[in-house]
Formats: sequence, structure tokens, C-alpha cells
Amino acid sequence: MVSALKRLPAYLRDIQEEVEGYARNFGLDFFPILYEVLDYKTMNEVAAYGGFPTRYPHWRFGMDYEQLSKSYEWGLSKIYEMVINTNPAYAYLLEGNSTTDQKLVMAHVCAHVDFFKNNYYFSKTNRKMIDGMANHAARVRRHMDRWGQDVVEEFIDTCLSLENLIDPMSAYIVRQRPPRTREEEEAEPEIGRLKSKGYMDSFINPPSYLEAQKKKKEEEAKKQRRRFPEQPQRDVLQFLIEHAPLEHWQRDVLEVVRDEAYYFAPQAMTKIMNEGWATYWHSKILTEKALTAAEVIDYADACSGVLATSPGRLNPYKLGVELLRNIEDRWNKGQFGKEWDECDSMDLKKNWDRRTGLGRQKLFEVRKLYNDITFLDEFFTLEFCIDQKFYTFGFQERSGNWEIMSREFKKVKDQLLKMLTNRGQPVIVVEDGNFENRSELLLRHIHEGTDLDGGQARDTLRNAAKVWTRPVSLLTKIENKGKLLRCEDGNISERSAEYT
Amino acid sequence: MSQKIDLDHGRFRQIIRGKIKQNLRKYISQGEMIAKKGKDTVSIPIPSVDIPRFKHGDKQQGGVGQGQGEPGDALGQGEEQPGSGHEAGDRPGDHLLDIELSVQELAEIMGEELELPRIQPKGTEKIVAYKDKYSGIRTVGPESLRHFRRTFRQAMRRQISMGTYDVKNPIVIPIKEDKRYRSWRSEPLPQSNAVIIYMMDVSGSMGDEQKEIVRIESFWIDTWLRSQYHGIESRYIIHDAMAKEVDRDTFFRTRESGGTMISSAYKLCAKMISDEYPSDLWNIYPFHFSDGDNWSVDDTHTCVELLKKEVLPFVNLFAYGQVESPYGSGQFIKDLTEHFDEDDRVVTSEIKGKDAIMDSIKEFLGKGK
Repeated sequence: MVSALKRLPAYLRDIQEEVEGYARNFGLDFFPILYEVLDYKTMNEVAAYGGFPTRYPHWRFGMDYEQLSKSYEWGLSKIYEMVINTNPAYAYLLEGNSTTDQKLVMAHVCAHVDFFKNNYYFSKTNRKMIDGMANHAARVRRHMDRWGQDVVEEFIDTCLSLENLIDPMSAYIVRQRPPRTREEEEAEPEIGRLKSKGYMDSFINPPSYLEAQKKKKEEEAKKQRRRFPEQPQRDVLQFLIEHAPLEHWQRDVLEVVRDEAYYFAPQAMTKIMNEGWATYWHSKILTEKALTAAEVIDYADACSGVLATSPGRLNPYKLGVELLRNIEDRWNKGQFGKEWDECDSMDLKKNWDRRTGLGRQKLFEVRKLYNDITFLDEFFTLEFCIDQKFYTFGFQERSGNWEIMSREFKKVKDQLLKMLTNRGQPVIVVEDGNFENRSELLLRHIHEGTDLDGGQARDTLRNAAKVWTRPVSLLTKIENKGKLLRCEDGNISERSAEYT
Repeated sequence: MSQKIDLDHGRFRQIIRGKIKQNLRKYISQGEMIAKKGKDTVSIPIPSVDIPRFKHGDKQQGGVGQGQGEPGDALGQGEEQPGSGHEAGDRPGDHLLDIELSVQELAEIMGEELELPRIQPKGTEKIVAYKDKYSGIRTVGPESLRHFRRTFRQAMRRQISMGTYDVKNPIVIPIKEDKRYRSWRSEPLPQSNAVIIYMMDVSGSMGDEQKEIVRIESFWIDTWLRSQYHGIESRYIIHDAMAKEVDRDTFFRTRESGGTMISSAYKLCAKMISDEYPSDLWNIYPFHFSDGDNWSVDDTHTCVELLKKEVLPFVNLFAYGQVESPYGSGQFIKDLTEHFDEDDRVVTSEIKGKDAIMDSIKEFLGKGK
């Protein structure tokens, strides 16, 4: 465990104090940070475990470890920094990095922790997750001791296959009305009367009509009640935990997987902002305060590596920091509000400077309230898009290549937002837990223009059926036609279906 | 020091090797092992197991990028940025880790992974070539070798120290003493020459899958031996009932049919060695791949005699790889083992499928000869 924390060497402690001092003066507000210096092997190990010292036993951590170590050993990449969202926050430094690098990392980490502490989307995360993960590990180990590693591991594989079927926003918005109370239920449903003057009422709304209307309402209410779940449910894992006929240990494992998925979800939802924020602050703190003249070149070198773009990839560090700087600049110059929005003279806009000086203040507000989607939706402007040379790309069947498709602002922005919606994952909901009255499960893919990867969808469906223990169907669209995939006893059948 | 991750890692390795959890086998992505990229680099995917998920199909999706280019320009596929551990690109659903390496590096990695011993070449001292290397600067020389930058710098330095350099009108004129020329040295280049003679059975029973195995295996052997020798030659022989020499391309593509007379290939190989590769100067590596279904017992005898008298005395190593095929009897490898069990110049290996290629290479090259 990390409790056996090695003491940080004195020179690093001094740097930490210095950097954190600057950070506080700039207004950053972070949990206490505990650094640990790791050699690269341990670093790769911890990174494979997602930053945590202990996780439940599973081969995929070994896989990540192999990829990390291979690419480190072959000199392709190395992990500079890692920090986890806990209070106090734990961060790791790579042994043998230069002092400049360590300074940069520490400034970067300060900003990350500030973000964890203050951003709204992290407000419901478990800040004692180190213990949380260790508890999960203990629970899974106990099940393995009792039921055998292979059995439990296989079930974990099955659960991981469904891991992304959660509803990360559920902690922050109310999706479902609270269950109706008895009074509401018993209350007479309002009957739709046709509008009429008093003396005409008995003609326009005769008793027979009212009776029919009442019946119709009641039918509808009944139907609604018979629905299960009442509303389509996005948290498929939760639904399975509550309603699938699982063994006690299986339910426990599924809960572990779901818990961890929820813990990591906000990081996926704020990747661009979080990295942008950290990059913004490390460059501010280092270039304005912490760097000595001798360190400037090394710093610039490291920094350019972080901000490099390459074709066909979106660098979240680059996008994040540039957009934050753009916001700061705009709010410093008063380039916002009604007047700005309505101005259509490029010339005027170019030299627009009201000296409002609200930039920094706005940045702190943004870091508190936004996630990647709202961030881009609100601040990704035409000017920014052109200035930063964004484009969309796609696969050209004709040439068999990935090609640049367009530089049109609207297309770029739509594509960006589409990629970020639901963390880039398709939205799958539980539509019916008693499909065709045979206690089968019906899932629905909310189709937003992109088909599912068919092969993987079939295998995932098999896994869902394993958990549900009864046939599971998935309603989706393939090449614009409604399809129902059904998995029974591991066999998949496909038929066309109405997708509405 | 043992680590916690070792258990998980061990388990992952076992899955990859197919020892446990057969049900995950189909999710292992190995990819084509040889994907040439550029001139001297190859990309090799690191094996990974992808748990299936509901996710978007790849091709409809596209993404957003940043930088130069016009609509319609092709993108090089996204490459991993060096020095950037944490910031893998954000293209979802594309996490096969491709790594680009030079062939040299690749050979070293393979050597390490398979724990191949380095080869002690023979004839190292004997063949020495000379190579001219431009390694220095001197003040005299032909104009064609004038080093512009050094000359310019020298002239500028002189002008500054003489006070004739005018910042507003920075014209630098070199005089004779300023001129600098490249100079060279002849370096002895120890060379150990090696030749690999690949022989393949292309009779009717060798199907496409078998040839694919041979192709992959000979690529790796080639890669390894090339990393061990400067200047290596490859010769290719195909045979059914007759043997002939072909070029590399034909070697891997031809499909013939007919019977199998292995001796025909060995005869040609022996002739090649005696005519062109004197064994005191050359390191010779014949590799023969077949499905082990020879025409007759007599021919097998001829083969053994040929090997004993005309091949083995001259070569570093004779390697025979037998690819499993549904048609072949697979007898030949048994015959070879019977006759040459004691002889450590002969290595035989049975290659059961693609997965066995690495083990087979290890058997071939593990002796360090």
C-alpha cells in the first residue's frame, strides 16, 4: 500500500513547496498532494492498475502492463506523470527524470488536483477510492478463493464486456420521477373534455363519450404500470444487478465492476478540459515563475512533445489548452455577450478590445461548471476552428484511405460533439425486462447515425445473455434498416424489425 | 524484486500462448506479423485481447484532426507520438498498438525474446573490405570537397577578428586560408559473408497456408541472420520432382503440383555451394521446408547421401522445417532424425501452425551457429 510511503528526497520536497506556493497564489485550490518517486517498472505497474496500488486480480492489468513496458523499453513512450482523484491526492514521479521535468509534472499535477476538487462532475466521486479499490480487490479475492479463479475471472470478463453500459450523468440529473404515491395512483385521472359553453356541455361531452375517455385513460395508465422498467433505463448494469437471477458472488462482482466504471467515468467526460487546464497551469507557473534560465530549453522540448499534433488524431492537451487560452483572451477583451454575438464585421471583431479583464475569473468558472461537451458546445467558435486549423476526416471507401473530409465549421463541431457524446460510446438502454412476456431482456441501441460494430455487438449480446440467463435481444439499425438481434443459448439470430 | 503485477502479467501471457482460457482466443489480435512500412521499418502489433463491447463501427465514424491539408488529402494512419505516454490519441475503437521499428531493432528484440545466442561467424578475419569514410576536415583539397559552412565560418571569424565585418552589409568573402575541405579515411571493414539457401517444396500437397508459414518463418530467419552478418546473400530454390532456382518473389508465390523428389533440391544446393561459395570464406545456411512427403524411399536415401557428402561438410547449419499438411505423410523428418541424430549441424523442426513459428525459429537458431 501507499501508506509505506517513501520519503520524498529533500530537493523534490523543496520544488513541491515552491511550485505549490505559486499555484496557490494563482488561486488554485487543491487537496494535499502526496508524491512518490517510482522506478519505471513500478511506474508501469501502477499505471496498469489505473494509478492504484491494489486492484483485483485480472489479466487485463497484465496486458496493459506489457504494453506499457514494451513501449517504454523500446523507447517509444514513457509515463511522465500520474495522479489519482483522491483526498489526499496521490501522484507519482518517474525516478531519474530531470529536475525540469519534475517541476513541470508537479505544476501539472497541482492543476489536475484542483480540477478534481472543484469540477462539478467529480463532486460525487469517492475520494477514498484507494481504500475502495483495495476493498474491491479483497472482495474479488475472497470469491476466487471460494469458487476458483477461473470461474470468477470468466465472470469478470463477462461483466467487463458490459462495463460501458452505465449512465454517468445519473448522479447529476433526475432521470426518473420518484415512484408515484398511493394518493396519486388512486386519484381519478383527468378526463379530456372538449371545450364547450356551459349550456352546450351535455351535448358536446355526452356521458357516453366521457365514459369512453375515462376507460381509455385507465387502459393507458395500466399499460404504463405493466411496463418494466417503466422508463427505458440507461444504467443497464444497475438493472442487471437488481433483476438478473445472479448468485450472491456474481452480483457482488458486478457491483465492483459498476462502481469502478462510475469512478472513472468523470475522467473520460472531462479529458479535454482536465488536460487543457493542467497544461495551461504548468506552462503559466513554469514560464512565469518556476523556471531558471538554464531550464528553458528542456522545458520547451518537453512541452512541445505534449502539444504535438499528428494527422488523424485529436490531441486533448492541445485542444484543451488552446481553447482555455482563447476563452481567457476573449473575456479579457470583452469579446462576449449580445453585442459581440450580433456583430458581423470581421474587422471590428478582430480589433475588439473592451479591456474587461475578466479572463482569469471566467477560466475558474469554466473549470468549475463544465464538462467536455458543454465546454466545446459553448466555446468552440468559428474563429477558433479556423485559427486552429481543425478538420474532419473519414474513411473513403473509394480510395481505401482515411482522408480529410471538410474544414467547414459546422461539420467539425458536430463531429467533435458526436465523438464526445456518452464518452464516444453508443447509448444502449434496457427497453423491456419482460420482452414478449417471456422474461427475456430487450435492449435498444439509441441510433444516432453510426451503426454498431456488428461482430462485437453479437459477442457482447452473448455476454449479456450469460448474465441475464434468458435470451437477450437488441434492437438496432444496420444500414438504415431496423434489426433485432436475438441471442438464445449462445446462438444469434437476426431479423428485421421496426425501429421507431 | 517481484511485483504484484507479475501474477496478472503471467496470466495474460498464458492466455496469449493459448494455455488457458480458450474462449478468449478469438479476441487476441496478433495482426500480420510482417507489415512493411517505409523502407527499413516494420510495424509489429503487440498482442492484446479485446473484450467485446457495444461500440460504434469504425468506418462510418471518422473524427476530428488538427493541422495542414486540403479536403481529400489522405492521412497517414495515426501514429503513436514518441515521448507521450499518457496522451494516446482520442480516436475511439482503435487501440491496436502498432509499433514501428527498424528491421535491425526488430532482430534484436526477436533475439532477446527467443534468447538466441549471437553467432560466431567463421572467416571473420579473412575478408576485409575497405570503406571510405568522410570523417575530418583539412585545409587543402579539391574544390569539389569544399565544406561550405566551415569555410564560411572560418572566413567570418577572420573578418570579425580583423574588424572588416560590417553588420549592416554582411558580405563574407573567403580567401585561400579560410577554405576547408572534407577529408576521408579508409576504414577496414571486417566482413563475414553469409549465404542463406532457401529450399521449398512446392508440390501439390503444399497449400497456401503452408506457404504462408514458410514465408513468415523465412522472413524472421532472414531478419535474424541479417542482423548477425554484414553482406548476406539469399538464394531460393523450389522443387517438386525437379528443382530450379527462382527469385524471391516467385519463391513465395509459385504454386506447382506434382510429385516430390527432395534429392533434386539437395543436388542443386550442393552444386551451388561447390561452384559459388567456398566454405572457408562463406557461412552457409541451407533451409529446407517441406511437408515431408517424399516420393520414394530410394530418393530419401539419395538425400541422406547427398547431405552427408556434399552439403554438411561445408555448411554452418542445415535446417529442415516440416510444415504440417493434411496430405503429407510427414515421413521425411523421421528419416532425417534417424540418420543425423548425432550430428549437431542438422536441425529439424516440425511446424504445426502459425503459432509454432517462433518455437521453430528458436530450434533452428538456438545453437548459435
